[in-house]
Amino acid sequence: MSNDTHNHSHSHSHGGAHALPFWRKYIFSTDHKTIGLQYGITAIFFLLFGFGLMLLMRWQLAYPKQAIPLIGKLFTEDGVLSPELYNQFGAMHGTIMVFLGVVPLAVGAFGNYLVPLQVGAQDMAFPKLNMLSYWAYFCGGVVMLGSFFSPNGAAASGWTSYPPLAVVADNGQSLWLIGMVFLITSSLLGSVNTIVTAIQLRVKGLSFMRWPIFVWAQVTTAFLLLLAFPPLEAAGVLQLMDRIAGTSFFLPSGLVVSGEALKVSGGGNPILWQHLFWFLAHPEVYVLILPAVGIVGEIIAVNTKKPLYGYKTLVYSLVFLGFMSFIVWAHHMFMTGMGVTMSTFFQATTMIISVPSVIILTTYLLTLWGASITYTVPMLFATAFLPMFAIGGLTGLPLGLTASDIHLHDTYYVIGHFHYVVAPGTLFALMAGVYFWYPKITGRFMSDTLGKIHFWLSVIAINGVFMPMFFMGMAGVSRRLYDQTIYAHGAAAQPLNVIMSVSAWILAVAQLPFLYNMATSWKTGKKVDSNNPWGGTTLEWAASSPPPHENFPTPVEVYRAPYEYSPNKKLLPQFVQEA
Amino acid sequence: MEQPQYGFWLPPNISTHGAEIDGLISTLHWFMAILFIGWGIYLIYCLIRFRARPGHEADVSGNTHFLIPKYIEIAIVIFEAGLLIFFAAPIWAKVKKNFPNEAESIVVKVTSEQFAWTIHYPGRDGKFGQLKTELIDGTNPVGLDREDPNGKDDILSPNILNIPVNKPVIVQLTAKDVIHSFSLPVMRVKQDAIPGMTIPLWFQATQTGKFEIACAQLCGVGHTQMRGFFNVMSQEEYDTWFNEEEKSLLGDAESATQPSGENQ
Amino acid sequence: MSALIPYIDEPHPVTGVTNAKLGIWLFLASEVMLFGALFSTLIIMRSSATDWPAHGSDVLNVPLATLNTVFLIASSVTIVLSWAALKMKDLKKFKLNMGLTILLSFGFLVIKYIEYSSKFHHEHFPSTSTFYAVYFTLTGLHGLHVVGGIIANSYLLGPGSKMWFTEPERFTGRIECAGLYWHFVDLVWIFLFPALYLL
Repeated sequence: MSNDTHNHSHSHSHGGAHALPFWRKYIFSTDHKTIGLQYGITAIFFLLFGFGLMLLMRWQLAYPKQAIPLIGKLFTEDGVLSPELYNQFGAMHGTIMVFLGVVPLAVGAFGNYLVPLQVGAQDMAFPKLNMLSYWAYFCGGVVMLGSFFSPNGAAASGWTSYPPLAVVADNGQSLWLIGMVFLITSSLLGSVNTIVTAIQLRVKGLSFMRWPIFVWAQVTTAFLLLLAFPPLEAAGVLQLMDRIAGTSFFLPSGLVVSGEALKVSGGGNPILWQHLFWFLAHPEVYVLILPAVGIVGEIIAVNTKKPLYGYKTLVYSLVFLGFMSFIVWAHHMFMTGMGVTMSTFFQATTMIISVPSVIILTTYLLTLWGASITYTVPMLFATAFLPMFAIGGLTGLPLGLTASDIHLHDTYYVIGHFHYVVAPGTLFALMAGVYFWYPKITGRFMSDTLGKIHFWLSVIAINGVFMPMFFMGMAGVSRRLYDQTIYAHGAAAQPLNVIMSVSAWILAVAQLPFLYNMATSWKTGKKVDSNNPWGGTTLEWAASSPPPHENFPTPVEVYRAPYEYSPNKKLLPQFVQEA
Repeated sequence: MEQPQYGFWLPPNISTHGAEIDGLISTLHWFMAILFIGWGIYLIYCLIRFRARPGHEADVSGNTHFLIPKYIEIAIVIFEAGLLIFFAAPIWAKVKKNFPNEAESIVVKVTSEQFAWTIHYPGRDGKFGQLKTELIDGTNPVGLDREDPNGKDDILSPNILNIPVNKPVIVQLTAKDVIHSFSLPVMRVKQDAIPGMTIPLWFQATQTGKFEIACAQLCGVGHTQMRGFFNVMSQEEYDTWFNEEEKSLLGDAESATQPSGENQ
Repeated sequence: MSALIPYIDEPHPVTGVTNAKLGIWLFLASEVMLFGALFSTLIIMRSSATDWPAHGSDVLNVPLATLNTVFLIASSVTIVLSWAALKMKDLKKFKLNMGLTILLSFGFLVIKYIEYSSKFHHEHFPSTSTFYAVYFTLTGLHGLHVVGGIIANSYLLGPGSKMWFTEPERFTGRIECAGLYWHFVDLVWIFLFPALYLL
């Protein structure tokens, strides 16, 4: 193409962007990159907030009924975290981390920012819808945060909100449900947008089997959100009806609460909620992990300087995993009086779903063979993801088999299991993603030294938090206990709680260099010297750093599958015509 | 009765079926440990051997194919299927389906509520009295109708489950208000108590001792305090307790009218 | 804004659809899951209920609901006609048919209102029994979808129709999407009507 057209489109874009007033450019923006950053910043705020709730709860767990030093008086008169607040913090920790933290960061931020870039699009397919989904998410967040200030505080029935407890609970629960409706709406709009963008806006040459693994992960995730969230929305509406209109969808006949017969028609079924909830919430687990798998795949491909092993297998595994995630939900409900046939079916599907998970892990491990591994900070986090995800996955086995689940169900073992998947698993991958794409987003690197401090402190502390949970669960300690020391077996395991709490506080401190690094590198980090500082092969590395409003002022084209290298070991990006 | 020893691993097991559950749990953890250590050794080896350094280049041919991982993968699948078919499902069937004969067992109703357990024994007649919601009050948490002939001798034991050793116990579990979960860690027993449903479960203790009932499902602000006691007694101790309860319930006169009861 | 988004008014060569059409199909897939969950609730509530009416017609007004069914089916026809009119480049006929669609939808809501108020008058509330809970919740959510359709269709009939003069292809595509959505709303009613009123 001639120099002339290039200059023309470039100046045109600048003119367009400058004409926008501040609030259209940064607040109500329709640019997928701005929206991605909005998602990212909001989600990180919520992650820190949800983590903060847990840091307070961990004081009560380690030192039951002792006043929280320094800040305890902010919450209660005597500074001791009350059981009411403990339950509220617990319910909101789960809700915030999952629905306001990890999903918006993994799907909203990374998905929004990178999917259009990786398919070579100038924006999402529906830019206004994209803006709307961010603001629906924002409203949901405001409702959730606001619920803490409602007369009896926030929801306190766990993030699972099982009725009848959630139906007879205080009004914070209604706000929780309303907040969830906003968040679900946001996710539905977002996933429609992601799928359409990835499928329709692919540039010339980008066939489906040339999609970067991150795009595959995001599209699978979007399908999960699209199809699994509506049943929860239905369930949320039904629970709201139970609470506000006095219906009995989830209330059986003959309930007696605090010695008083409940004045409702009855005839409902509390288990129905669990089915509808877990029909969402199991795919939700894969919504949390698949984007992480995508991010780790990209980072491993770049930092091993060789093709990703078994790309096709990986793609099929991702899709199969997504499909299977719809038919395993009842393994969360083995203790609800399930018969042999049904439990055997759900155990079998659960064992089957472990197969693609193992395959994914295996392909990543095999990619390392014969590699030339550069230990950049993102690669450190991506490497740590592998064993952490393995622990999270493996400990699912005793929970997925009914007989061993009898002892481990609803104990700390469960908490350890899913936190290994989501915290040192997904969150490590997301941190890796932040370090990895920061130069693309800002044009500057984050500090390597601070990154390494962040990594080593985090990886040690996070294992200190979650590893003891398996032992505590083995000892049979129920989850969600305000003070386990009143039980003999709880008191015996109490020292583990102290280890976990101290580790959690260290983990909190370990995030300070990360936050500082993120904030200051924006202005003072080392500048990138090219569009492709790490040596990536996918399309986002063809855009300048940061990418201009329309991403690719000159059209790009894709010439080959991702992660290819020429025989003379030269990088062959998708967007370069000939080596 | 000795105090059980608790630590950082499985609590002592005093049930007839618990050994199989423990066996499955330890088999699984050996399996997990072997896999994890195997992967770990491979990972660390790769991380060191294939680190970027001068003179080392990646193999980018992309046509390496690994067969061993495939075999390992197949072995894992077979092993998991085996665990499912030969262990998990049969144990589950045994615990949840194959109930002992009611005539040879102690049958009790356990009703959970915020935040207590009520253990309801049918009494010497072996028949539970009728329960009526309108009779529920502070002293009668399950609404037992004492006028009902079957209900006269029923024993209500708040928060204390007394059972004899070496005899099957059938619990009919329900809840009055919200979902609770009846957990006896030493007995490897756990079952959600769901309002509107009565779910049976059974177990048999192999040794005597004083233990605890825990609630395993978040049930409100007092979830943590929902602790019950669970005493496994010798048959003699159990009979003594049972007779005393009966005496205090029916008075000396009525107990005396059933002299044969002692020998039952 | 200068970001260029392809396939807004012409179908993608591989998928054969425009962005909006793929989007609306995905949206409808999620709606199917929503109403699927609600219909499952209906089945579960009914199978465990003790006081479920033997036939919905014992307690619900079948003639009115039949009329409503006719209204909705007719409106589905008129919205197709409005789309066909655009294909024939006849904006006037489009406006007539779209206007009729909206009118019929309002008719549906008016009848729904009469049904609801007669239920309230007889002291039948959502809290009365699980049957009424299901009846009010499902028809209520369906009613909200009708309201949503009215809002979208009114926009397309009114201010939205200006697009016809600048991007006729894209506007026709929008009407097609509105029609797909409206057919779905109609279809849900076709399931709701027998499930609640007849069976």
